[in-house]
Amino acid sequence: MSEKGMFGVSGSGDTSGFGGLVNSTVVTGSTQRPFGAYFDQVADDLERAYPLFSDAIEKVIVDRGELTLFVKRDRLFEVAKILRNELRFEMCVGVNGVHYPNETGRELHAIYSLLSITRNQRIRLEVCVSDQDPHIPSLVEVWAGTNWHERETYDMFGIIFDNHPGLTRIMMPDDWPGHPQRKDYPLGGIEIEYKGATIPAPSERRSYR
Amino acid sequence: MTTFTDPYASSQETTEGRVYSVTGGDWDALVTEIGATKEERVVVNMGPQHPSTHGVLRLILELEGETITETRCGIGYLHTGIEKNTEYRNWTQGVTFVTRMDYLSPIFNETAYCLGVEKLLGITNDITERATVLRVMMMEFNRISSHMVALGTGALELGALSPMIFAFREREKVLDIFELASGLRMNMAYVRPGGVAQDLPHGALSKIKQTVKDLRRNFKDNEKLLVGNSIWIKRTQGVGYLDLAGCTTLGVTGPVLRSTGLAWDLRKAQPYCGYEDYQFDIPTTDTCDVYGRFLIRMQELEQSLRIIEQCVAKLEKLEGQPVMVADKKIAWPSQLSVGADGMGNSLDHIREIMGESMEALIHHFKLVTEGFRVPAGQVYTAIESPRGELGVNLVSDGGTRPYRVHFRDPSFNNLQSTAAMCEGGQISDVVAAVASIDPVMGGVDR
Repeated sequence: MSEKGMFGVSGSGDTSGFGGLVNSTVVTGSTQRPFGAYFDQVADDLERAYPLFSDAIEKVIVDRGELTLFVKRDRLFEVAKILRNELRFEMCVGVNGVHYPNETGRELHAIYSLLSITRNQRIRLEVCVSDQDPHIPSLVEVWAGTNWHERETYDMFGIIFDNHPGLTRIMMPDDWPGHPQRKDYPLGGIEIEYKGATIPAPSERRSYR
Repeated sequence: MTTFTDPYASSQETTEGRVYSVTGGDWDALVTEIGATKEERVVVNMGPQHPSTHGVLRLILELEGETITETRCGIGYLHTGIEKNTEYRNWTQGVTFVTRMDYLSPIFNETAYCLGVEKLLGITNDITERATVLRVMMMEFNRISSHMVALGTGALELGALSPMIFAFREREKVLDIFELASGLRMNMAYVRPGGVAQDLPHGALSKIKQTVKDLRRNFKDNEKLLVGNSIWIKRTQGVGYLDLAGCTTLGVTGPVLRSTGLAWDLRKAQPYCGYEDYQFDIPTTDTCDVYGRFLIRMQELEQSLRIIEQCVAKLEKLEGQPVMVADKKIAWPSQLSVGADGMGNSLDHIREIMGESMEALIHHFKLVTEGFRVPAGQVYTAIESPRGELGVNLVSDGGTRPYRVHFRDPSFNNLQSTAAMCEGGQISDVVAAVASIDPVMGGVDR
């Protein structure tokens, strides 16, 4: 192993250098019915309003009192429309991306948090796509408010939302290379120069690795 | 013909036609040049350095005369990469980062984040009542200080100076309470996973009671300055219109949503931190305009004071209860106290870990440097911040650091409604509309 950076420690995410912590990734299977709380009601309503339910929903996860529906990318737009118009999930409060570089073929996840004021309920949609083909249909037509959230997710993760009215970077400068929230994008990454001395980028300092 | 020597301010051919950039200078030459063309579309760039755009917000306005035909927002000037940074620090250190996002409501950022971490840990029900009541009290004080800035700067941007002076005077009183409780006036990192950083110092409750009394009296001054003020009414009534359908499709929450007549407040609708045990009302108006949002903020001040009074009564009963979870594998080990040279670790605690118990030292060291592990999973927690729904998406992979921290900041979302509120109006109304959204760019850009 070649040393680099200031102290040359790499591997575990341990700041002290003693613990040797290894992160455990938990792959959760699909939750079986009954889901509990109001989740069965939501699932029933969706199944009734959307006959292709079993084809569109890859799996359902109920964890820590929250319902997540994993939706196939091709069906996302239809499911979202039904959820808004039939099930009265009036608001999509946000879109969040997560990068799982170890999940081959499903590296990029987009997570939509939905809120229904009528039902006073929340659910979550999750869509997984691969690094090679990071396309997801845009939901701006369903909830106009996802516009900026999708732009942010594009900016930070490089997920391309098809049919978005103006998918440009929103946080980073327009000509910025790379997508900063991906796991393979280092923290900082830019060396700081000050009065002739060069300070390594944060990603090269031991305590940040 | 070259009008300017400034390389950034000249005319150039684009796909949209010939574009002239104006940054001051030789106006006569410019007028002559523009006079040759027929189109009179003017694009005004307002901000990011502009006193009335509420921080580093850039508005790109397309005008026909004084009327706005198109509005676009440019954001990102205050992007600090806080979400990325938290992935490289342990869960407790995350509090210090997130408190700096929306810098006018730090306690809300901290609480939303900590509620998320606690949900991941599965210790939501183990948080002591005293810690929860302290959180609620600090949040409501924070709501007051945040609304004070919203009202003060909002009035300032519309040309009224005195309300700003009055509002900031009240805000100082609230910041004094923050300093008393946490040692810091802003960005306190007071709420921690498992509880709060420290208990109130001796005699704090009587100071809080006095402050509540002063605030209630002084809020009347602010009311007198603006509520019936005819200039204020003319500048704000019927301006920045956004109805319920617009709010829901744009995901707008907070005072803007409540100004459409819908009493949607997460404290009532989906209570957290024991809000179901407090008596308070949700002020609404049905005017959908800037004036309605202003009235709502004014009335929310009084409701916050009501909640604080109930918190004080509860805290008196809960005297002596711990403010951190009992689980020593999660509770932050340091015991803070105020010394002659400021705040730091208490001498008793130092004596114990340095002189008496090696295990205590190891425990302290491990927990502070490495942090605690959080079971893998993902959660979404939402609370009602002064600006609307503040949501936190947390993903853990089972390690001592967050795998992903995402803040759904209400300012970020609500700022999308600028175009809907402004288009068709006048330039001067843009200022009023943006002020009524009350965006905080630290939260928008994170």
